[in-house]
Amino acid sequence: MNGVNVAMLEIKGLHASVGGKEILKGIDLAVGAGEVHAVMGPNGSGKSTLAGVLAGRSEYEVTAGSVTYRGRDLLDLDPEERAREGLFLAFQYPVEIPGVNNAYFLKAALNAARKHRGEPEIDAVGFMALIRGKMALLDMDQALMNRPVNDGFSGGEKKRNEIFQMAVLEPALAILDETDSGLDIDALKIVANGVNALRSPDRSAIVVTHYQRLLDYIVPDFVHVLSDGRIVRSGGKDLALELEDKGYGWLEAEAQPA
Amino acid sequence: MATLSASRAGTDHYLGAIERAERDRAHEPAWLRDVRRRAADAFGRMGVPTTRDEEWRATNVAPIADTPFEPAPLATVSPDEASRFLVPGLAGPVLVFVNGRYAAELSAPGAPAAGLTVSTIGDAVERDPEFLAPWLARHSDSSVHPFAALNTALFEDGALVTVTDNTVADLPVQLVFLSTVTPSPAISAPRALVVLGRNSQAKLVETFGSLGPARGFTTAVTEVVVGDGSVVEHCRLQCESDSAFHVGHTAFHLGRSSRSSSHAFAFGGRISRHDAVAVLGDEGADCTLNGLYLAGGDQLIDNHTDIDHATPHGTSHELYKGILGGRARGVFNGRIRVRPDAQKTDAKQTNKALLLSDEAQVNTKPQLEIFANDVRCTHGATVGQLNQDALFYLRARGIGLDDARSLLVRAFAADVTSRVAIEPVRAELDRLLAARLPALLGEEAPR
Repeated sequence: MNGVNVAMLEIKGLHASVGGKEILKGIDLAVGAGEVHAVMGPNGSGKSTLAGVLAGRSEYEVTAGSVTYRGRDLLDLDPEERAREGLFLAFQYPVEIPGVNNAYFLKAALNAARKHRGEPEIDAVGFMALIRGKMALLDMDQALMNRPVNDGFSGGEKKRNEIFQMAVLEPALAILDETDSGLDIDALKIVANGVNALRSPDRSAIVVTHYQRLLDYIVPDFVHVLSDGRIVRSGGKDLALELEDKGYGWLEAEAQPA
Repeated sequence: MATLSASRAGTDHYLGAIERAERDRAHEPAWLRDVRRRAADAFGRMGVPTTRDEEWRATNVAPIADTPFEPAPLATVSPDEASRFLVPGLAGPVLVFVNGRYAAELSAPGAPAAGLTVSTIGDAVERDPEFLAPWLARHSDSSVHPFAALNTALFEDGALVTVTDNTVADLPVQLVFLSTVTPSPAISAPRALVVLGRNSQAKLVETFGSLGPARGFTTAVTEVVVGDGSVVEHCRLQCESDSAFHVGHTAFHLGRSSRSSSHAFAFGGRISRHDAVAVLGDEGADCTLNGLYLAGGDQLIDNHTDIDHATPHGTSHELYKGILGGRARGVFNGRIRVRPDAQKTDAKQTNKALLLSDEAQVNTKPQLEIFANDVRCTHGATVGQLNQDALFYLRARGIGLDDARSLLVRAFAADVTSRVAIEPVRAELDRLLAARLPALLGEEAPR
């Protein structure tokens, strides 16, 4: 590999299990800088497990394979180190944290990354200026900033808050775990806007989704289909449309080992 | 029956101390000597409790029975030392007591403002003992609380705060009770009496502290009488040394349509027990008893609450939370009594404990005794560990494990501290928590 076309993420032969049950059965995936990859597949195919393993969820045990992120062994890093290195997981189910103020939390997260990069911590004034623009981008209600993290948020507000956090933290690699689920079309467009605003030659994204719908607004460079813990088909954005027409059944049938 | 005899010997030891103290009580009015005599008799009858006593089943106070604590000697404390126990930014009258005795040189009772008087029980005994007669030791029930009885028999002095009818006392009154390090184990018996007339308001902050690693025994009693239509805000900060023994008793008596809001914080003590007792003595009273305790190492912190809905249309709210690390133990017992006449009572009790280590444990027990039929009483108790999903969420945003744990524990505590209405006290609580949490979290850090 030459120094110009560095891979953002390289997953090789990844196996992972939860509670002794193997979910990922050998994933190979390379994501280049600037690329957006969609990972699709039916329920139970391992999409969320893949997202969780990449973010460092401790209940997933990696039994084989490797993950290289910007030249480093990702699996060797704690979740917080991954985040500070620019990896971001937008949660499928954002966690409610009563008693922890949303703005305080986000400022702490931002400053943890800045400190890691050797940058000075941002002060309250600078932080407010920064988030004001991002809130407009996500059409976020200012009042949500002064509430506890996700506490009492509607489903749509939670998902929007995830993308808002992403917009503030500006990750190098964003992993969106079914961010579209439960969103109406207006919210979906707003969320897609937030993701698209981050697209640049040095940022990448993995968009995990069950439905093609989101990909009308976040147009991927590549589409991968996950089935029973393996990538059974990869292609361009047209593959998503094909899945929309035919469903997943034909791929699952194809994927059965001979 | 080794325990029983040890307890008997301990009881006899304290009865001896009471008897010696009586020689100095000749100047006291007959009614007060009678109150003390009856308290001494009650203490003698009940004795230092053992774990066979239902009210003390989970809290073994054998060290208090086994250690020959003697009445604490006179001691002086420098203004610098005492100032560490003042809540910064809290303007208002301050009374400081050292080993249960008034320290005039450390106090600033202020000029008697209109309607608010801040003085001492000792002073009132000298000058106007009949004023005390209807109030002193009338609400701390010596017949069932052995340590309240011990205090009543032993106390030398105490704080006296009175607010006359139709008076709004804006500035919080701060009472500071300090214990010094003594050559041999010492007992002190701090006392406070707070009397609000009708349609009055007052704020009260009590602090119990140790100078250095004091191993003494404090048995404290505070009585708060809230007159008809009056409102009182009360905070109790127990931050004695981790080797001290502390038994506190706070009794509220609420008049018609009155309101009391009390927050009890327990951070120190090898063994710490606090009984918060409230009697809703007339219709429409509203009572809040909240609490937060932090215990690590080998600390045992026990909170007993007892709310007596004696009259109709009363409301009570309770939120007690505990954070336990190391091998610490927490005890919560929440008794709510609703008398036959107390229709339309609305009582809510919540108790939550957060265990930060595998060896920490908590005993929690609601105790509802309901004798009226048209009432609403709810209670709930949870015991748990830090929410792993929340922890992962914070870490996945770049917040380190230690910071994430600390953030979640502080959020758990803030549920109680944020309800304190006196802002400087909230700030002081944040400081106390920030000082104590790292050690508590460090005792068990799963990596």
